[in-house]
Amino acid sequence: MTQTPSVPTEAAEDVQPADAETEDVAAEHDAEHEHPSDRQYVKVALILGALTALEVATYFESVHHLGDAALYALLVVLMVLKFIYVVAWFMHLKFDSVILRRIFVAGIVLALGVYLVMLTAFRIWGA
Amino acid sequence: MSDVASPETTVSAPAATGHTAAAHPPTTTGLTHNKLAMWLFLGSECLLFGALIATYMFAKSRLPAGELGPNDVFDIPFTSVSSFVLLMSSLTMVLALSALNRGEERNFRVWIVATALLGGTFIAGQVYEFTVFYNLGLGYTTNIFGSAFYTLTGFHGAHVTIGIVMLMSTLVSSVRGRLSPRNAETVELIGLYWHFVDIVWILIFTIIYLFPQ
Amino acid sequence: MTTTSEPPLQLTAGEQLVRPSTSLGVLSRPKGEVGWKSWLFTVDHKRIGIMYGAAALLFLVVGGIEALLIRLQLAVPGGNVLSEDAYNQVFTMHGVTMVFLVIMPMAAAFANYLLPLQIGARDVAFPRLNAFSLWAFLAGGIFLNTSWFLGGAPDGGWFGYAPNSGLVFSPSHGMDFYALGLQITGIASLVSAINLITTVLNMRAPGMTLFRMPVLTWMLLVVQFLLLFAIPVITVALFLLSFDRLFGANFFNVAAGADPLLWQHLFWIFGHPEVYILILPAFGIMSEVIPVFSRKPIFGYPFMVFSGIAIGFMGWGVWAHHMFTSGIGPVSVAVFSLSTMFIAVPTGVKILNWLATMWGGRLRFTTAMLYSVGAVAMFTIGGLSGVTHAISPADTQQTDTYYIVAHFHYVIFGGSLMGMLSGLYFWWPKAFGYKLNERLGKVGFWVLLVGFNLTFGPMHILGLQGMSRRIHSYAADSGFNLWNAVATAGSFVIAVGVLLFFWNIGLSRRRARGAPPLGPDPWDARALEWMTASPVPTHNFDREITVTRQDEFWHRKWGYDENGKVVRIAPTAEVAHDGSAKGVHLPSPSYWPVVVALGLPFVAYGLIYNLWITGVGALLILGGLYAWVFEPPDDPEDQAHDDHHESDPSGDTGNGADGGGSQDHNGGSADGDGARPLAAAGAPAGPAAESSGNQP
Repeated sequence: MTQTPSVPTEAAEDVQPADAETEDVAAEHDAEHEHPSDRQYVKVALILGALTALEVATYFESVHHLGDAALYALLVVLMVLKFIYVVAWFMHLKFDSVILRRIFVAGIVLALGVYLVMLTAFRIWGA
Repeated sequence: MSDVASPETTVSAPAATGHTAAAHPPTTTGLTHNKLAMWLFLGSECLLFGALIATYMFAKSRLPAGELGPNDVFDIPFTSVSSFVLLMSSLTMVLALSALNRGEERNFRVWIVATALLGGTFIAGQVYEFTVFYNLGLGYTTNIFGSAFYTLTGFHGAHVTIGIVMLMSTLVSSVRGRLSPRNAETVELIGLYWHFVDIVWILIFTIIYLFPQ
Repeated sequence: MTTTSEPPLQLTAGEQLVRPSTSLGVLSRPKGEVGWKSWLFTVDHKRIGIMYGAAALLFLVVGGIEALLIRLQLAVPGGNVLSEDAYNQVFTMHGVTMVFLVIMPMAAAFANYLLPLQIGARDVAFPRLNAFSLWAFLAGGIFLNTSWFLGGAPDGGWFGYAPNSGLVFSPSHGMDFYALGLQITGIASLVSAINLITTVLNMRAPGMTLFRMPVLTWMLLVVQFLLLFAIPVITVALFLLSFDRLFGANFFNVAAGADPLLWQHLFWIFGHPEVYILILPAFGIMSEVIPVFSRKPIFGYPFMVFSGIAIGFMGWGVWAHHMFTSGIGPVSVAVFSLSTMFIAVPTGVKILNWLATMWGGRLRFTTAMLYSVGAVAMFTIGGLSGVTHAISPADTQQTDTYYIVAHFHYVIFGGSLMGMLSGLYFWWPKAFGYKLNERLGKVGFWVLLVGFNLTFGPMHILGLQGMSRRIHSYAADSGFNLWNAVATAGSFVIAVGVLLFFWNIGLSRRRARGAPPLGPDPWDARALEWMTASPVPTHNFDREITVTRQDEFWHRKWGYDENGKVVRIAPTAEVAHDGSAKGVHLPSPSYWPVVVALGLPFVAYGLIYNLWITGVGALLILGGLYAWVFEPPDDPEDQAHDDHHESDPSGDTGNGADGGGSQDHNGGSADGDGARPLAAAGAPAGPAAESSGNQP
């Protein structure tokens, strides 16, 4: 129980002799990886909110004259857009290593493939 | 590299190669183990939630006529609000991370608390929703719709709850002064998990709630 | 070349120069290199691999006894060795044990022991998670087998078809043990998959590009990806079954409108990749053994790799061929029939390549080679009978007959298990420093091969005659008598073969005492694991190895003269490491993986009997995870790095609190491993890459 930090900042200095270097690195890190700015994040969130509002709007009767098929299509498009926005921006996949993208896409594609085939074999569509 | 003789050179050399190398031992892909592992885990989770959603869709299609179904219980306006809450928690999560990256400890804590609170609100909404459904006569064993619905949303809720626990743990670390920009990756990984849980809800909200019943 | 202060001890680039706080001294880490505690708390991938192997062999005996009981029951018409009920339990547990508790952990044994060595790494990416995987697997296996003493084992067949596995038709707790036990081993497999993929992608030695990796590494990588994506599917299926049985859900309740085919789909979406999870490790082993004993590089390396990947992909598109007779409709049947025929192609490519590797080679028929060649032959037979299932009209005749039983025993026993026995003979000296007796090994091989064909060959005939699988007994006038008697006789010959293997271990071990050390490379082999001492020292390699081509080690020993003839260019002793490096920083052992794993069966027992027990289990898991996260990154007393405080990787103070939250059933603790142990393991050997003078 030697180093329990009482004052956080002090402790941080205590344990990290290479602090000066760290800051350099952190700065570099930002420049290098082009993190989206907070403003961009908020923008993405606004888009997401708008898409959700659109989705919810379909619940109300006004859109129902489109017919079920069109409604499904619209909802799926909106859902996929939201999905992609979160994954690309918030989960950073747009800026991150291609390996990570492949792993995640593999999971999604595989899941879509096997479960859609399964549901098709059950003939649930149009049921 | 055989010229690296002293610890000093070993250490200072990589500082120039960027943040991945500086904060962690070098890896073949340049990604840290933790991050790679987290994405692998999320890839695996796709199949888990995929199976649950498919099971739900199948169960719904086989629900005998006259049984208590989605139309009888769903309250779309209410769920829309709680979906929106969860969606916005993803925003506060990225803001928390970006604050931490800038070393703004205070803002970081604020955003983390906000994220956890939004997540908590979502869970509270879910508990409320379940209670309402139960009072409407939809129990876990009532019919296949009930079983599938509660299982799917329950799994999701459990994931959110675990996320909240992790968020609170980072908060505790931060308050105890154990968090700094160099640990930002840990927060980033928790964020990944959090966003993943969020996108699962994006799917659930559309497929389970909004699709015409 | 190494002393305590020289480069190998330094971690390469980029360590944080922080001595982590040791303020959490309560959670000190275990110490010691010998004794049972050093095994219980180890995080060394080699020890974990050995324990996986030992557990698999133990379960092999259990599953083998179950097999013998089945054969005794069927030896003569109207057999009464087992009651119908007991018979159901025995064949179910035989299948479950052999698939989940023998072949899979045996593959995990090879993966754990060999993967880091073959890519020139220090350990796996997450050593503590690795230990957790082992103990969780063992906990699941023991949990499953305790069902024998708690009211009866699972009795719904290894694929547990609903609603047969539901409460109505299987009222004992057996199927609960099945569902929860497989859930636990599933967690183990998933965690291990994440760990090993990270290891292979992230921890390769300099120059070890993906297409220089040994075929075994490739096949194991494909298997881990299959596990990564297949395990969650069965996780869901097992949850649904458990919820039906324990909480009265309606997923498979036909009266409520459910369709039990849901189980079949989910099970086989997992189950068919699982088939490749069982066979691909053996393919990898054979691809290592055959080139060494043919003295030729593997024929068509890229084809070997890509066919493995292709099998991995296509394995996802054939699952419904297990369901041709379940009424999935003509279109589904046609589609899956076609895809199943296609998947035979990459498998055929592999068989061709093994044969072409042997063609014109200088063959040495050691025991390992015999088993590999035997496995190729037996697998080919099983593969061919498999293609007959792809033809759905024929399959309609064969489904649920002994023909199917014959088929999958030819691929899983004849292919997987024989391949793995080959691997055991091949790598035994690497792991233990002495060879298994060749003479006894060869006798054992022939006994096993003959017994195997005597047992499973006749089952083709029985199946085509119409004998159903899983039938408890048959009438004397069914015409099944002769071949059943032969099969039973054969099964005891197999038992003798397996006993010979165990005897061989004991004998060779005794003879090895006092014998001169074996040296790093007893077979004149090709891959990197042979480049370090046998048994492999804890730190694996003395120096970092820079890889310049495939079969690096072999090319450092052998070159070509002006006539293109293969000639020795360096003695092995010069090329290989002697394992003498001291003071290499290694991950410290830990108490907590075993504690967390121990919590899992408690949770499972509690779900069956009393939720209070679940609470105890949950506390164990939570407490274990918390301690896991907060245990000091290093043991300060560990003299191995006492003089290297400066170079110790940081214990990353923040990481601590977070990973612990992910006590997700699904192995969410992937992020629960501190950066520290992986940092230590992650830094391969040090900046001193091998001097290029060593390379021819």
